[in-house]
Amino acid sequence: MSLGSIFLLALLEGLVSASVLALTASGLSLVFGIMRVVNVAHGEFFMLGAVIAWFVSHWVGGPPAVAFVLALGVAPLVVGGIAALADTLVLKRLNYEPEATIVATIGLLYILQQGALSLFGPNALPVPAPFDLRLQLIGFGYSGYKLAVIAAAVVILLSLWLILTHTRIGLVMRATQIDRNTARAFGINVDRVYAMVFAMGAGLAAIAAVLIVPIQQAHYLMGADPLLLSFSVVIIGGLGSLRGTVVAALLIGMVDQVIPIFLPVVLPDYGAYFTPTLAKILATLVVALVLVFRPQGLFGKRHA
Amino acid sequence: MSNKMTMPTRRSVLSGMAAGGALLATGLTPRFVQAQSSAPIKLGFQLHRTGIGAAYGRWYERTATAALKVLNDQGGIGGRPVEIVFEDDGTDPARGAEVFGKLATQANCDLVYGALFSHVVVGTAPRAAELKVPYLVCSEGHHVASGMLNRWTLQPGITDVKSQVQSMAPWVTQNLGKKVTMVFPDYAFGHDHRDFFTAAVQAQGGEVIRQIAIPPTETSFTRYFPQIPADTEVLYHVMVGPAVLTFVKELGEFYGTGDRPQIFGFIDSLEAVNIASPGLEFLEGTHFWEGHNRNKQADASEAETFYRTAVGVDDTGASVSDANEVSTYAHMFSAWETLFTIKDAMEAAGYQGPADRQKFVEALEAMTSFAEGNDHPQGDLSFNGKTHQAFGHQNISKVEGGKLIRVHRTSLEDGYYPDEVDYTTQSF
Repeated sequence: MSLGSIFLLALLEGLVSASVLALTASGLSLVFGIMRVVNVAHGEFFMLGAVIAWFVSHWVGGPPAVAFVLALGVAPLVVGGIAALADTLVLKRLNYEPEATIVATIGLLYILQQGALSLFGPNALPVPAPFDLRLQLIGFGYSGYKLAVIAAAVVILLSLWLILTHTRIGLVMRATQIDRNTARAFGINVDRVYAMVFAMGAGLAAIAAVLIVPIQQAHYLMGADPLLLSFSVVIIGGLGSLRGTVVAALLIGMVDQVIPIFLPVVLPDYGAYFTPTLAKILATLVVALVLVFRPQGLFGKRHA
Repeated sequence: MSNKMTMPTRRSVLSGMAAGGALLATGLTPRFVQAQSSAPIKLGFQLHRTGIGAAYGRWYERTATAALKVLNDQGGIGGRPVEIVFEDDGTDPARGAEVFGKLATQANCDLVYGALFSHVVVGTAPRAAELKVPYLVCSEGHHVASGMLNRWTLQPGITDVKSQVQSMAPWVTQNLGKKVTMVFPDYAFGHDHRDFFTAAVQAQGGEVIRQIAIPPTETSFTRYFPQIPADTEVLYHVMVGPAVLTFVKELGEFYGTGDRPQIFGFIDSLEAVNIASPGLEFLEGTHFWEGHNRNKQADASEAETFYRTAVGVDDTGASVSDANEVSTYAHMFSAWETLFTIKDAMEAAGYQGPADRQKFVEALEAMTSFAEGNDHPQGDLSFNGKTHQAFGHQNISKVEGGKLIRVHRTSLEDGYYPDEVDYTTQSF
């Protein structure tokens, strides 16, 4: 493989990671930005999305593409429904106190994870890709589906941005984010907005999972990594900033792939050190530095 | 008085402290001895029901349950019925040690067996020595025969990795190539592959030109493949965990329709995975190690057929009730065979109850071979009492028409190496 094709591979893999991460993290960012809730169960909503995608493809049958499109609709709805329920039954009753909601979402994490284990078992559950296309690039083959994941993520993120900036729902959400009491005084049903935001955040994680599951399979323990990386992305990008989330996701996605793919080839003698684990260590180090020197994140606004 | 005994006992189980273990052993044993005369023999099974080993756990449980039925239909052990208590360890070393304590002291099992994942075995074995309860592992790891563990830990049901790779290396270098790149999971089991296959290839005049370690919890693999040097003649892969299907799929994607080296894999990379899954077509013509052939071979023995039927596995290695539910066939025979070895050793020791646990270990150490048959459907094995390790035949299979067809079977002698420990000189 030439240096160029290795770089291309690293770029493509980085974009796939970044796409899925941007979707997942934007859900987390939305929930924190508007509700001020640190949702530790976010990774489990991701996992649920993947498991539901398996369930749909397993029981619907038919051509993989049909089941996949169906899963892309069903998974965010179901996961969003569960999230809205959790918001109404638990978070609302805690008055969204930061400490209490963290503990509550930790509890939710275990309930969802063990629930998935009990209902769907401990095995990795494969989901067929909606289409089977392999591209032969210079020096390596690549899955056409992975390119579709990147495209889908771009479309979904653009839609999210349009919803937030150009619709009435988005206006209401932004109003609630800026000042929930004033929003309430203007007749906005803040409780409903919160339930909707929590559902949307979870739904975004579910969509990301449906996109990734034909590549990775669904597994009840798969939520831990997306949670950690999403937190990194959201902290670096600035909580509540969609633009920051996307930029940080690109940064972390690239670091996560370019370090283990590109550097070992450029510096073969030190190749063994450039592992994905090192990439994670560096990403976490960046998080720590951002927290120390720019706690509002790269694109976040400092709150009084 | 009895309160005084149970209070510290409970606490010590929770904390897993060594001193507590000793207290438990002395505190509870007499009560059990009084009660055991007509009681069934109870065997604990440390099961990877959840966690990264779950695909194996599910089939180890089925295999052990099927073996137990056969054993009890034959009259049990020494005329006494046998029970197996399954306990999930989450494929986690810390929980493994807790589960061992629970099985030995709360469920009052005579011994514990069944663990596969080497980090669980390494984490649990010290507990076995503390409690002085036999621990029969099915893990393939070289840690038993290396002398790293203890007198109470034995591996009579499956060959260790060192022996496996040493016996196959000559075939690989002679038939596939001498420049090898290895891809392996980055923990004890993978390190055994790394160390011993590298040495075995060197002994054959070949060379391992690159070693690529991948964490067993990894979910994305493409990023590791560019490190495979272009002059690689043989790609040696072994992977475990829930993402093995992703691993082989991405390997196939990476090479696509371009040139690729010869591929020799441990079937671990494909255990519980249907070889007919979309994206795995590239495996056609590649080779695999199999401890036990997943596809029923043309020359299969009667014992092989008996075993398949008893466990509920069809000729392709899938569950008879669901053709998509592929077994961990290459490994799970050890859960079957170890049970019958326990029977033989217990009967040889005149085993009556927990007081005879030491006699059981000594009886097993005195054994030298296990004959092929219904008790050992994978084939005959030799057993080295000094190193506590069994040595069996290994199979190399080639994927032909979506089936794994055996092309080579090693002899027992191919897998022998000089003893690295003599456990029989260690005190109990």
